[in-house]
Parts: sequence; C-alpha cells; structure tokens
Amino acid sequence: MKKLHRIFTVIIFLFLYIPMILLCIGSFSSGSDLAHIHGLTLHQYKEFFADGVLIRLLLNSLIVAVVSSVIATIIGTFAAVGIHSMKPRLRSLVMTATNIPMTNPDIVTGVSLALLFAFVGRLIHTNQVLGFATLLLAHITFNLPYVILSVMPKLSQMDPNLEEAALDLGCTPVQAFFKVVLHEIMPGILSGALMAFTMSLDDFVISYFVYGPEFVTLPIEIYNYTKKPLPSKIYALFTVLFVFILLVMIIMNIVQAKDEKNSARRQSLKRRKELN
Amino acid sequence: MKKFFKAAAVFLLAAVMIVSAVPRAEKASAAPITINVYNWGQYIADGSEGSIDVNKAFTEATGIVVNYSTYDTNESLYTKLKTGGSSYDVIIPSDYMVARLIKEDMLEKIDFNNVPNYQYIDDSFKNTDYDPTNEYSVPYTWGNVGLIYNSKYVTEEVDSWDLLWNEKYADKILMFDNPRDAFAIAEFRLGIDPNTEDPEDLRRAAEELKKQHPLVQQYVMDQIFDAMEYEEAWIAPYYAGDYLLMVEENENLEFCFPKEGFNTFIDAICIPKGCQNKAAAEAYINFLCDPEISGQNLDYLGYSTPISEAKQYMDPETAESPIAYPDTATLANSTSFVFLSAETNQLMDDLWLSVKTDGAPSTLLYVIIIAVVVVAAAVVLLLLKKKKRKYRRK
Repeated sequence: MKKLHRIFTVIIFLFLYIPMILLCIGSFSSGSDLAHIHGLTLHQYKEFFADGVLIRLLLNSLIVAVVSSVIATIIGTFAAVGIHSMKPRLRSLVMTATNIPMTNPDIVTGVSLALLFAFVGRLIHTNQVLGFATLLLAHITFNLPYVILSVMPKLSQMDPNLEEAALDLGCTPVQAFFKVVLHEIMPGILSGALMAFTMSLDDFVISYFVYGPEFVTLPIEIYNYTKKPLPSKIYALFTVLFVFILLVMIIMNIVQAKDEKNSARRQSLKRRKELN
Repeated sequence: MKKFFKAAAVFLLAAVMIVSAVPRAEKASAAPITINVYNWGQYIADGSEGSIDVNKAFTEATGIVVNYSTYDTNESLYTKLKTGGSSYDVIIPSDYMVARLIKEDMLEKIDFNNVPNYQYIDDSFKNTDYDPTNEYSVPYTWGNVGLIYNSKYVTEEVDSWDLLWNEKYADKILMFDNPRDAFAIAEFRLGIDPNTEDPEDLRRAAEELKKQHPLVQQYVMDQIFDAMEYEEAWIAPYYAGDYLLMVEENENLEFCFPKEGFNTFIDAICIPKGCQNKAAAEAYINFLCDPEISGQNLDYLGYSTPISEAKQYMDPETAESPIAYPDTATLANSTSFVFLSAETNQLMDDLWLSVKTDGAPSTLLYVIIIAVVVVAAAVVLLLLKKKKRKYRRK
C-alpha cells in the first residue's frame, strides 16, 4: 500500500512538471523544435540576452510586479489591521467583499477596469489615459486581496495580550503597531508580498485590457506572437522566468518554515513557564 | 524591527528609483517626439537573425521615438481602438478591416506630400477595393493563400482545393482554424463568391466543410509550421509567405494556387483618428515605404512587398519566386476579402461552430461529464457523512 502511494505521488509530480522539464530541455536544445533535439547548446540563452526588445519587456514586467506588490502590501497590511479590529459580523462581511475581486473572472475585472479608465479619460478630455499608471493601478487592485488574505490569519494567530502589554508599558498605539504587531505578522506580510509579486508578473488577461502603447509587459507581447513560428529563444526566456519564480517560492517556504519553528519554540516556552 | 524598517526603506527607495529612472532615461535619450505604432505581433524586422531593426533605424534617421506594441487579430485592433483610452499614430490592419475603419470614420486622411516614397508603390496596389480613393492607406505587405502539400506523399498532380476533400489523405489534412478563411475555401470550391452575404450560400459552404470534417487531422493556425515540416500532416492551406519559410526546413513541400480561385490579402498602413502626431506618423509611413527598408524588412518577414524597387534589396531567390510574386494571369484568379456585415459574421461564426463540433459525441460527452460530477459529489458526501459519524462515536 505504501509503495502504491509512492508511485502515485511520483506520477502526480511527473504530470505537474513534465511540461516545465520539456521546456527547460528545449531551451538547451540546438534543434529548432522540442520534438527534435540534436545537441545541447547555450545559443538560445545568448540570443535571448542579446535581444534588447525582450529584455526591455521583461524589465517592464518586473517593474510593474515590484512596484505594484510593494504598494499593495502596504495598503493591504493596513487594511488587514483595520478589518481585524472590526466586530465579527462586519469583519466577515468586509472579508467577503475584499475576496470578490480575487474570485471574479479576470476578464470581467479587466474589461470593467478598462471601461472605468476610458470613462475617466473622457472626463479629463484625454484619449491617452491608458499607460503605466493604469497598468499599475490595475495590478495593485488585483494584488490587494492576496495580501489581505495572507496577513489576516497572522493577525488572528497573534496573542492580543501582546499589543495590550505594549500599550501598558507606555507605547502609543502607533508605536505598539510598529514595535510589536508588525513584527508578529511579518511572515504573513512577506508571503503576501511574494504572492502578489508572482501574480502580477504573469498576469495577462487584466493587463491586456489596461495597458497603453508606451508601456507593454512581456505576457502581452508573447500572446501576440502569431505571425511567425515561436522563436526558440522564447524557451530560454520561459526557463529563466520559471527558475526565478521557483527561487521566489523557495524563499517564501523558507520564511514560512522559520516562522513556524519560531512559534513552535515560543509555545513550548510558554508551556514550560506554565508548568513551572 | 529597525532592520525591517531599513530593509523596507531600501526596497522602497530602489523601487522608486527604478520607476523614476526608467521612463526618464528614455526621455532624456530621445527627442521629445514619440509615436505609438500598433502592429501585428512579429510583423516587423526587429534585428533578430541578422535582420534590420526597423524601429531603431527609424529613430536613428529621424530622432522620433517609436512606442511599439502589438495585437493578434484585426478584431482585437478594432476593439482596442473602439474602447478608447489610448491613442495610436500608426496601425497596420488588413484590407477588409481598412474598409470597415473607413466606413466608420475612424481613419485620418494621409497627407501624401509627407509620404514621397508613395511613388514607389506599384500601380496594382493603388485604387484597391478597400480604399478606392487612395486617401487613407498605404500598402505594407501582401500575399496569397494557397495549398501546401508534401510531394513525398501526394504524388498526383495538384491544381484544385479538391485535395482537401480527398479521402485518400484522411487524417493527414490540416485546415484553417478561422471561419473566414475556411469558408472562403469551401466557397471557392463550390463556385460561390467568398464575399457572399447570402445565408443560403453560407449554409452550403458549411455543409461542404462538414463533409470535410472527418478527414481533417486538426484545425490549426501557426502550429501548421511544425506539423508540415515534420510531416505529421501532408496537406494544408496557408499563406504563400509562410510556405517559403517552411520549404527552407523541408524541401519536399510544394505549393499551388488552386484553379477555383484563392484569397489575396493586403495589409495596409493607416493613421487612426485621434492620433497625437500626424506628421511624425507620416514620416514613419514614408520610412516603411523606402524601397531599401521595405526590401530588408519583408525579406525577414517572408511576405511579399508591394514595391517592385524593393526586390533588389531582398534575397534574389525570394524576389524571383513565382509563389511570392505570381504573374498577373495567376493573380487574375484571386479575390480579396471585403468587410461583411455583423449578421453575416454572426451566422458564419455559428455555422463554423457547428462544423467544428459536427460528428463529435457532444451530447454524450456532456452526459458523461455530468454523470461523473454527480458520482464524485455523491462519493464526497458519503465520505463526509462517514467522518461525521466517526466523530460522533468518539
């Protein structure tokens, strides 16, 4: 039975990762096609790094992802603290409201944001409203719920006495937040920020509707690659992206594991004190 | 905690610097004039494979900076223009879309005093159906649809679309995955005008396509390159320019212009209404029409140039190819698409759906899916109940 379990797990992982593995192999292959591998080469990586257009677009994607995730993390953390201190009924109501954009189909969010921006553009008499700003706003919008969702549990796990103790010991509420609460919920904030970053980096559907001509991101450009067969340097680009996201995910897991260790230690300390 | 603040501050500062540095750097290095060019993806030579980087060359020649972005179909271009919120200075739609944009008053008239290179455009590309008065558009590329087949497997003489309906080659035939091109082939075969709006004609064409359906291996667009090059399929209708790219990989591939007629298309450069800098846009159009630029650009793209002068800058093999540049007798047999009404498009889309799902066990499939879902739900419910009972016992 145990063997069966193991085989099953292996099969599942194979299914999950075969496409990625194929892509990685393809990025090192000297043939023009995934199905026909002749030898190994770094040529495609060279070509990709020499391609100013693709690098620029990748940079654009990274800029939007970094800036939007930072802003969304700041807003989202404060929102989560606010929501946390609400009365339970109101809290669940607000949580539902903030979760809707996350479950909403991307295309609906994208089209409605585009309509809103176009409407605002008409109000201020410009037909060039779409651009970096609208793209950034849209990304912050869809990143927010992820941040709130990962900060909220940290807030409810936190011992409420901690904040009260800080206040008792002479902290102002603001000081108490920055010195105690923020420290406690940091792992949640970090994982929220990383989540937002990855969501924003690979977003296509929403970006497609709100991007402007002077600032284009990578997924949009690749989607429009229809006139010629996919150049194989794209495989190199995808592999680089995949490895990058993998690294981000590993960091995220390390952070979470550390946090769990810490809280476990603290709990055992607490128990020991109680015993004493 | 302080550490966190420091880290956060550094991070924020870095972010702000990146954001503020990038656009500024762009502006500093460039003259104040920028134009927004909106073109098909991969539809301009961008410096890869040793080709010319057209946009860069334009900036070097004129100092005008190009914001270049792309779309995937004529229809998404139209949607983007209609939705508003962004303005473009240069767009490159296909013939029927140019006609539609003219009809809906979405294009600016081009001032040809600023486009002296227009003189190089061949006369056969002036006074076209889509822009009869030559006021709104300048041809960028053109090409024809024809029949590609692998002579290793298809040994008979090919001169007709009938090959796509030949049962001998069942499961080795590829077909266009877009209604307009697919219907046109069926209509050519039936002797119907491919621009027909008669619902009866469209239904007859759909019947013809349904007859073909069991023989078709796949309905595809650009996957056709791999399938034909690696001989997974033997017969496919596609663009002549793309055939020339494919034959470089597999020399067994042959091309023919079917005798019943075939589609010819022109993609033309236009200036949409609401453009910010018309003179700069016209300079860009003029640059694209420069024979040397056009020759080098289209040599990379593989499509045909409307400028005969440009051929001297192209690979001579392409420039003299009767497939890229068929003679006038062959071209007399070609038809270009005109814009169809919304109702006709709707009917065509509906019929196309029925063609593609024809013969598929659609109802059976739905029944099976629903059955699976119901069974799965029942199992889950049962398991949950069991668990609950267990807990209660405890």
